[in-house]
Amino acid sequence: MLLLTCPHCGVSAEETEFHPGGEAHLKRIGPDGDDDAFMGYLFERRNPKGVHFERWRHAFGCGKWFHLARCTVTLEVFGAYRADVHAPPAEIVERIQARRPGWTPEGEDA
Amino acid sequence: MARYSVFAIARHAASWHQGWEKAWRSPEPKSEYDAIVIGGGGHGLATAYYLAKNHGIRNVAVLEKSWLGGGNTGRNTTIIRSNYLRDPSAAIYELARGLYETLSQELNFNIMFSPRGVLMLAQTEHELRAYKRTESANRAQGIATEIVSPERCREIVPILNVAGPRYPVLGGLWQARGGTARHDAVAWGYARAASDLGVDIIQGCEVTGIDRDANGVTGVQTTRGPIRTRKLCIVVAGHSGVLAEMAGFRLPVESVALQALVSEPIKPVIDCVVMANTVHGYMSQSDKGELVIGGGADGFNNYTQRGSFQHVEETVRALVETFPIISRLRMLRQWGGIVDMTGDRSPIIGPTPVPGIWINCGWGTGGFKAIPGSGWATAAMIANGEDPVAGPFGLERFREGRMIDESVAAAVAH
Repeated sequence: MLLLTCPHCGVSAEETEFHPGGEAHLKRIGPDGDDDAFMGYLFERRNPKGVHFERWRHAFGCGKWFHLARCTVTLEVFGAYRADVHAPPAEIVERIQARRPGWTPEGEDA
Repeated sequence: MARYSVFAIARHAASWHQGWEKAWRSPEPKSEYDAIVIGGGGHGLATAYYLAKNHGIRNVAVLEKSWLGGGNTGRNTTIIRSNYLRDPSAAIYELARGLYETLSQELNFNIMFSPRGVLMLAQTEHELRAYKRTESANRAQGIATEIVSPERCREIVPILNVAGPRYPVLGGLWQARGGTARHDAVAWGYARAASDLGVDIIQGCEVTGIDRDANGVTGVQTTRGPIRTRKLCIVVAGHSGVLAEMAGFRLPVESVALQALVSEPIKPVIDCVVMANTVHGYMSQSDKGELVIGGGADGFNNYTQRGSFQHVEETVRALVETFPIISRLRMLRQWGGIVDMTGDRSPIIGPTPVPGIWINCGWGTGGFKAIPGSGWATAAMIANGEDPVAGPFGLERFREGRMIDESVAAAVAH
């Protein structure tokens, strides 16, 4: 079971107090997007074996959405951050790199 | 391949059973094959077998990174049924169920197919209405299912609590010809029969890269050296996304952990499969006497073959409510597998953006029941370029918005 800390209210709690909401940092395609881009936006989620960014909601707490950096292989949580950003903040990237040397956000869609 | 029979057992008894040959060959990989199947689970081995058997493509290798059937093939709850709603699903699952009926004879390997019946409980008005719709669809598709009364449910499963308290049983969808089979034996039987037809079964051989040129795939890099091929089929369930990334495309699948558990063995108490989708639990009894219980999936991407305690708790709570008799049973083992979920809960079978690479994935929480049909249709698609059964499950359905929506029929349980 994951132990998460909500960046809004600061409460640390077990996974059951939160609700997962899928991949973070998705960008909706613009009005000039074609069918392929729309398919990608709707269905082609990132599914990495390793570092992953996703949305969570503090469902049985403050009720707010936030973002989480997590490893899908070890379930290690690197950190939580605000939901209103388009990419993980520098401190989260640093924390991931400290644990996963060689990992870079380049090539990510973030 | 020496045939298995009662006479063979008698003959080998005379020599203290020391003379049995290995069930399949384990050759060194050749430098080139006509076709390579990545993934030595049920679907991959069945694909290789039918490529050799039905289409005469025998210069084939199956590459497995660990051991045969060590992934989801050996981790599922072995349920076989075909009571799906949509026509394409009904076609492939019924093809598979039909093939299962004679698979032991076909492969000369006892897969212990047991058509003991599958009962899906309707525990809300909506669920009952949905199952009535499924029954009508199944009738049109030529699949024998029937809606049964709560009293009949109780007759079929005497230990069932039909009265509630939370969710009384309002009826059930009964497929008498559904059942179970021995999951490992399905993988081993296909491997043995495929090996006999000339397919090279190569275990402990992990694919680390996929080579391609302007015309498509040219081969794979493996932990046992490079192997050339012009036809590659990726059948790796939870790791489909990883292989797709090697090949340079992305799939509409996400990998999550699905778990199951078994109780301590007891005397026979339930002689069919019961699925209670409203309360999220399903159960059958193995020949050893253990109750085989399927649990829920995690809601987030996950590559750990474990499970989560809260899902065990949820599942067991639901089953105790449905079968009060099991409340004192201890649970013996629990495990997880990585399943690849698609948006419409239907599998993906077909060509990929890279010429020469086919994919068979997205079976999500319910691939075991489909193994023979999936292998049959995938092999036909690779050999002929098209297949009426596999056709509707192509990747392009997501772009075209032509979903095969089984999220209701599949629910949590398969």
